[in-house]
Amino acid sequence: MSDWALLIATGLLLTSAVALWRIARGPHRADRMMAAQLVGTSGIAIVLLLALVVDDWAMLDVAIVLALLAALSVIAYAKSAYDAGYGDPEEDQAPSQEPSDD
Amino acid sequence: MTDLLTMILTAIGLIFFAVGSLGLIRFPDSPSRLHALTKADNLGLGFIVLGVAFQAPGAAALLKLFLIWALAIFSAGASAQLVGRIALDSGRSDASGSKR
Repeated sequence: MSDWALLIATGLLLTSAVALWRIARGPHRADRMMAAQLVGTSGIAIVLLLALVVDDWAMLDVAIVLALLAALSVIAYAKSAYDAGYGDPEEDQAPSQEPSDD
Repeated sequence: MTDLLTMILTAIGLIFFAVGSLGLIRFPDSPSRLHALTKADNLGLGFIVLGVAFQAPGAAALLKLFLIWALAIFSAGASAQLVGRIALDSGRSDASGSKR
């Protein structure tokens, strides 16, 4: 059983390697962020399988932290890509106004 | 019996992960790559969670496993919107990819 889980975890590591290739290749920053997201998701799956292998279910907390960090990293990236206040519907409705100070 | 179910479900999960990363390599532009990534990978994570859940020792671990999956799905939904908007805006404006 644990041999099988290790085999699946190795396959997931290979998909992470694919994501690293996309991070190196680009071409856009959004592509790199998507690939980092793939590393996060497959990292969660690998931690779950390793929790099964070593029979230590406290590792599930590690997986929860990984999921939270993956979500927050994408939100931080989206905030850094735009000016402050972008995405606010009131500001999107009135593009001809003078640029507001923040 | 539960061991067999775990093996089958984790194998299906690995297949979905492989398909998602194949799409990440092969698809031509950012929105289609996003489409491949956010759906296939979280479905694969769901199958792996389901497979591992058959081996979970108690209700607490079971609940935590499905909490992890729910968290991954919610964050994938939010981040797909955010990253897709960035990819779309930068494709519309210029090739520099920055909109500040």
